Amino acid sequence: MAKAIKIKKNVEEGLFDFLKSLLEKEKINGVFTLKKMDDNGAISYSLITSPDEFKDAVPLYPFMPVNAGKALSSFTLLGKTEEPIAAVLRPCELRAFVELVKRAQGDLENFLIISPTCGGVLSLNLMGDKNQEKIVSQYWTSVQKAEISPDTRETCQFCENFLPINADITVAALGNKDLDKEFILFLNSPKGEEFAKHAEGSAVSEEIETKEINEFRKKREELREKFFKETGKEGEGLKSLINIFAPCLGCHGCSHVCPICYCVLCDFDAKTHEYHSASLSLDLKNKGGLKVPTGNLLFHLGRMTHMAVSCVNCGMCSDVCPVNIPVATVFSKVGSSLQKVFNYFPGKDIEEPAPQGTYKEEEFKTIGEQ
Amino acid sequence: MNDKFTPNIIGFLCNWCSYTGADLAGTSRMKIPPSLKTIRVMCSGRIDPLFVLESFIKGADGVMMMGCHPGDCHYQKGNYNARRRYVMLNSIFDTLGLEKKRIGLWWVSASEATRFAKVTNEYTKEIEKLGPNPTSKEIFL
Repeated sequence: MAKAIKIKKNVEEGLFDFLKSLLEKEKINGVFTLKKMDDNGAISYSLITSPDEFKDAVPLYPFMPVNAGKALSSFTLLGKTEEPIAAVLRPCELRAFVELVKRAQGDLENFLIISPTCGGVLSLNLMGDKNQEKIVSQYWTSVQKAEISPDTRETCQFCENFLPINADITVAALGNKDLDKEFILFLNSPKGEEFAKHAEGSAVSEEIETKEINEFRKKREELREKFFKETGKEGEGLKSLINIFAPCLGCHGCSHVCPICYCVLCDFDAKTHEYHSASLSLDLKNKGGLKVPTGNLLFHLGRMTHMAVSCVNCGMCSDVCPVNIPVATVFSKVGSSLQKVFNYFPGKDIEEPAPQGTYKEEEFKTIGEQ
Repeated sequence: MNDKFTPNIIGFLCNWCSYTGADLAGTSRMKIPPSLKTIRVMCSGRIDPLFVLESFIKGADGVMMMGCHPGDCHYQKGNYNARRRYVMLNSIFDTLGLEKKRIGLWWVSASEATRFAKVTNEYTKEIEKLGPNPTSKEIFL
């Protein structure tokens, strides 16, 4: 039986009060969470240290302005934070951060990680929409019923890993019909238990894997198969790939927002793949023309070899794409097949090295011997 | 003019085994197909997947990666890394429905001149059957 406490409050309010009390009692030095930036609905991740500033915090607001894994890495890159900080992030963001820590791009120490069972996040183009509040309340209704909200990102709609891994405290939100009256915090680590003493809740014995959660997972698995089937239809190969990536502008936005693409100097931002005049003439002669800017497909395929195996399916890349290419779905599809090949689950175990950085002598023995 | 399709195959050969093996095949006067264009790398672990992808996208009909047999790497573990990279490329090609026969990995040691001649000839025949790479005429890339 997992350790858990029940708090008799609305989930957003309850989590807000819990974090605020931790901040006021100086148990933690800061809270990393989403915060309302203005009255027009702009939401941004913030690191808040003063209880006064905390009033606009909206910890479970269904937006992902940046992948929080990338944001956490930006201030732990050169070492751990000196004071304890509570961070509220979604399961995929947490997995992304673990992947970054593996690559020496951040530090998990001194963080109290709080993560919800996730119903997905809304597409970023809904931020600032005049119906924003209404859409968000519809979102919460679908979370209560454990249904897939159609306003969420495509990747969220087929994400199966919506239960947080490695979180100190899990906020059980999905499938809780009384979410506006009460909710449960699961305490997964001694650190989580220690901090949860400051929450006004009563101990209960519950399991995180409820019937609703299992049914929800099944629904998402079905959608996953549907999306994977429709994206890059099998057998068509190069033609279908060109159809998907034809609108690509070459802005590299997908790689800039990707939490796994952490290289300071990306090979594709350098000028290594530009044409020399001799090879340009040769290609023009052979093909009779070239799409400019060149190298779009090489960029996407190259990025796949670098990060797809660690793809956490957060959907940032699709969301920022100015020409609506389903980048995340393609990468997720390729990523899940690569993860099967290497038996790897990104963001699960901090000790497990990323597949590109390691090898086993006793694997793939028949390859190369033909 | 002969209209028969002669494939354009790029071979990345490791300096210590496969390149030496190719050398031996040459000095032993074995017949190596003219379709193979070799590029010497110091180790198969140096073959960045981007080298393979760029060759493929720029219209190479086939890409051969060659290195020392597992356990024989001059740098101890370079070929194990190369093997993982090949597996990764193969899986990506498979998922996206690209022709995965156009990339391949072979272990050829410095003494295996006959094996070098055999695999290069066989691969050339295979690519001849497959025909030209559609990327060579595709202007999108």
